[in-house]
Formats: sequence, C-alpha cells, structure tokens
Amino acid sequence: MAVLEVQGLTHLYGAKTARETAAVQDVDLRIEPGELLGVIGHTGSGKSTLIQHFNALLTPTRGQVLLDGADVNRDKQSRREARFRVGLCFQYPEYQLFEETVYKDISFGPANMQLPKDEIDRRVRTAAAFVGLDESLLEKSPFDLSGGEKRRAAIAGVMAMEPEILVLDEPTAGLDPRGRERILDMILRYRRETGSTVVLVSHSMEDIARVATRALVMNRSRAVMQGTVGEVFARGEELLQMGLDVPASTRIFLELRQRGVPVQTDVYTAAQGVDAFLRLLGKEARA
Amino acid sequence: MIRDITIGQYMPGNSFLHKMDARSKIVLTFAFILAIFFCKNFWSLGLMVLLSAVLVPVSRVPVRSVLRSLRPLIFILLFTAVLNLFYTKSGNVLWSWRFLTLTDKGLYTAVFMAVRILALVAVSTLLTFTTTPTDLTDGIERLLSPLKAVKVPVHSLAMMMTLALRFIPTLIEEIDRIMSAQKARGADLETGGFVRRAKALLPILIPLFVSSFRRAYDLAFAMECRCYRGGEGRTRMRQMRFTVRDGAACGVFALVIAGVAVLNFFFKPLI
Repeated sequence: MAVLEVQGLTHLYGAKTARETAAVQDVDLRIEPGELLGVIGHTGSGKSTLIQHFNALLTPTRGQVLLDGADVNRDKQSRREARFRVGLCFQYPEYQLFEETVYKDISFGPANMQLPKDEIDRRVRTAAAFVGLDESLLEKSPFDLSGGEKRRAAIAGVMAMEPEILVLDEPTAGLDPRGRERILDMILRYRRETGSTVVLVSHSMEDIARVATRALVMNRSRAVMQGTVGEVFARGEELLQMGLDVPASTRIFLELRQRGVPVQTDVYTAAQGVDAFLRLLGKEARA
Repeated sequence: MIRDITIGQYMPGNSFLHKMDARSKIVLTFAFILAIFFCKNFWSLGLMVLLSAVLVPVSRVPVRSVLRSLRPLIFILLFTAVLNLFYTKSGNVLWSWRFLTLTDKGLYTAVFMAVRILALVAVSTLLTFTTTPTDLTDGIERLLSPLKAVKVPVHSLAMMMTLALRFIPTLIEEIDRIMSAQKARGADLETGGFVRRAKALLPILIPLFVSSFRRAYDLAFAMECRCYRGGEGRTRMRQMRFTVRDGAACGVFALVIAGVAVLNFFFKPLI
C-alpha cells in the first residue's frame, strides 16, 4: 500500500480573484514505502507547492492527500501529525537556523514533538552523524559554520524528527560539485540505513538520475510523466521539448538515434552508457 | 492579512494623474488635506468630495481598488463616529437612554468627520496608485532639498525611503518562507498564551533579522561597487518636468480652494 497518496490535487493561488492562478492542477501520485522519488520540473512548475501539501502546510483547493490512507487535512491534530511524519526540508534551509547552538537547533523539531530528553539527545546525535557534522560543531553557534555545514545542520534538523517520509526541496542548490556529492551520498546512506521513503525535488537531471528510483515530471503545474527513472529518461525528447535538461549520457544516445544508430535511449548514467556501447559494438562485430 | 498593506501599491497607467509631475501631485495632495480641514459646512465639504469623486475616474484606477484601500478604515470610522455621536452634547436631543444622548448636531458631526476621513484617505491613496515609489521619493527629495541648506541629509533620507519601500514585498515573502520552514519542524504559532506565542516568534524573527542584515550588507556593497557616494553632484536619468498639465491641475485646485473659502463664508458653519 502506498504510504502517501495524492488524489486529484489542485491548488489555486488567489482563488476567486482576478489573479487566480493554478500552481498545481489535477495531480495524482502514489509514493510507495522505501522508494526514492525524484520530482523534476522548472522553477514555477508547481514542485514546491505540491510538496507543501504532503505535510499539510498548504490545504488543497480540490482533491486530497492521504497518509496511510487517511486524509491529512481531517483536523488540526492530523495536520500536526503530518508535520512530523513527513519531514519537509525547504530550499536553502540554512536560512531557518536560529538557535544559540547547532545542537539546540537540530533539537527544535524533536522538542516540538515533546519527546523525552534522552530520546531528543539520541536523535540529535544520530542526525548529526548522518549529515557528517562533527560532535565538536554541535556546541558552536550555527552562524559560525561554513555554508555547506549550515546546509547540513539544517537538513539534520529535519532528519532528527525521524520522519517516515523525508522531503528535500533542492538540497544541492547553490553548492559546488563536492558539496553536491556530499549531500547526495548522505541522502543515499540515510535511506539505506533507516529504510525511510525519500522525495527529492531537483531540477538537476544528473542528481535525479544518480539517486532516484522513480521520477515525477512536473510541467506548467501538471504532472506530465511518472515512472521509473529509466522510463522517464527514455522519453528524453519530450523532456527537451519542455525545456528540461536530460543527463549527458541520455543526450549522447538521443543524438545517436537521431543519426540512425539503432540504440535504446533509456540510458541515464555513465555506466549504462558504457554497457550500451559494448552491446552495440558486439552486435556490429558479429554482423 | 500581512499582504493587504497598500503602501506603494502603484498601478501602471497612462492617465492625466499618472503623467503629472510627482512634486505637484505631492503638493496638491497636501493642499487637499489642508483644505478639507478648513471646510466648515456640508457645502464646502461637498465641493471637496466632488473633487475627489472626479479624480477617481480621471486617474483611471478601478473604483474597486480605491474602495478596497478604504476598507481597513472601517474600524477607525466607526470608532470616531460613535465618539462624535455621543460626546456632542449641544444641539436638539433626538434620543436619550440613561447616560447616552444623541443630538442632531452629534449626528451631523459624526457624518461630517467620517466623510472627511474617507475623502482624505481616498485622495492620498490615489497619489500612491498613480505614482511609482521611486517617483514619489524623488519628488519628496526635490521638495525637501531647500533643507540641505540647514544640513539635513535629504538625499540619504530619500534613498532610505526608496530602499525601505523596495524591500517590503521581499520581507513579506521572506517571513512567509521562514514561517513555513519552522512550521514544517513543528513550530506551533497559533496556540498558547501571550508569553508562549511571543516565544514562538523567536524562530521566525531571528532568521529574519539575520537575513535582513545580510541583505543590507550585500546591497551596500553592491552600491559601493557602482561608486555610489551619496547625492553630491548626482544627475538623474529621468528629469522631473513641471508641464502645462501640472499648471492646469494647480489652477483647478486653486479654484476649488477659493470655492471652499466662498462656501465657508456664505453658509453658516456647522462645527
């Protein structure tokens, strides 16, 4: 059974005024336990609005969001529960840091859950270890950390709530390649070790290709594609038409096919590219 | 709620009022406010109301927008009206109950005050509806420039005002974002007593201050990189010009003010 299910979700901004615009339109989505769903789309395609419905920060204009089959917008209690079961980490989360020490900041979420003190302590230390923050940094002021450390501390603040679903909005935005790698590795390790479901919002196809198991493509407030990463990137031409990027390896194979070389285009990592080339060369050698 | 602030809500347009010089618009708005306080009876007040009623279609700002800008006044209007109704003891008593007495004069005063406030706010919002914030502060700067002689940093004040206006929407957006982020971590902003709620604001205010300082620092740096060093010897991309249009507007205003004086003189004062 899907852990989170979105049915016919529509969200209008400025409803019933002249400026009414649909941010999300008729989106259906099922998130299975343990999967890593990548959400792809332009700025303004509705990605961020969509994920803010997962933890009931926004209320749908139409449609509903079900968590384990129950509507998250039932009442105040269910909304609050959704906040903790679906951990949402916003874009540029480092700007939400506010406490005197990193330790206190990471414990903000768990403390709001009214957990006992030793449980909070355990969660803070586990989360800090996941994001690779050294114990010695925990007593420092979050404002004294470097940019990358701040980002990781903020992500730890969401992980410390130990949500069943961790939703990250552009966690690698504005980081250098090494910082990106670090965050992606961290997400993969977190998922492997805790077995939780992860939703990763990104406009970087390379990131999605690297870590996601399934992908959802948003374009102009609608969900236009859904499927395994292979299925989605196999429709690379459509992605390009939407003005979205595709991974470099996919692009090479698309180009090859356009020039008449008989190749599959569901290639999205370098390793798959190598395999596909070897297959092709083997076939030609035999012929 | 926080989005309803109408400061600097410029509506792009091409009307007579839009094309007027910001300086004359500011001066005339002040003249209007002064004149409306000099009105002594319903006749002269009526003339001013007529003028503001004419200005709305001239500005081509939708009537609905003007009305919407008046909506926040409802409370103030009711409050002053009630005070005026029951605190005016002179005149013929219309109705009384225990300590409350209602006189015809009280009724007139209440209506008079309410109409006065409405016309005043309507005309001042027309100023902000038809003038860009930049033009507005430019206009204020030019009007105040004689004060430079007594060492008032007019240019810096105007620049500060421009920047403050510019950053209002940015800050509102920022507050929205930080609030959502803290709510996602289970921050509870709605329940609890006064102390608890005040405490719950800290996770929002601290990041807001931090990012405001960062923004201010970045902005100052960017301005210095473009060799900004205050108003000394600075020329403008858009010169302000006092045109025939402004002359005509001033003429109409002069006539209306003269009309107010005449009506005040010939009809008996109400208050």
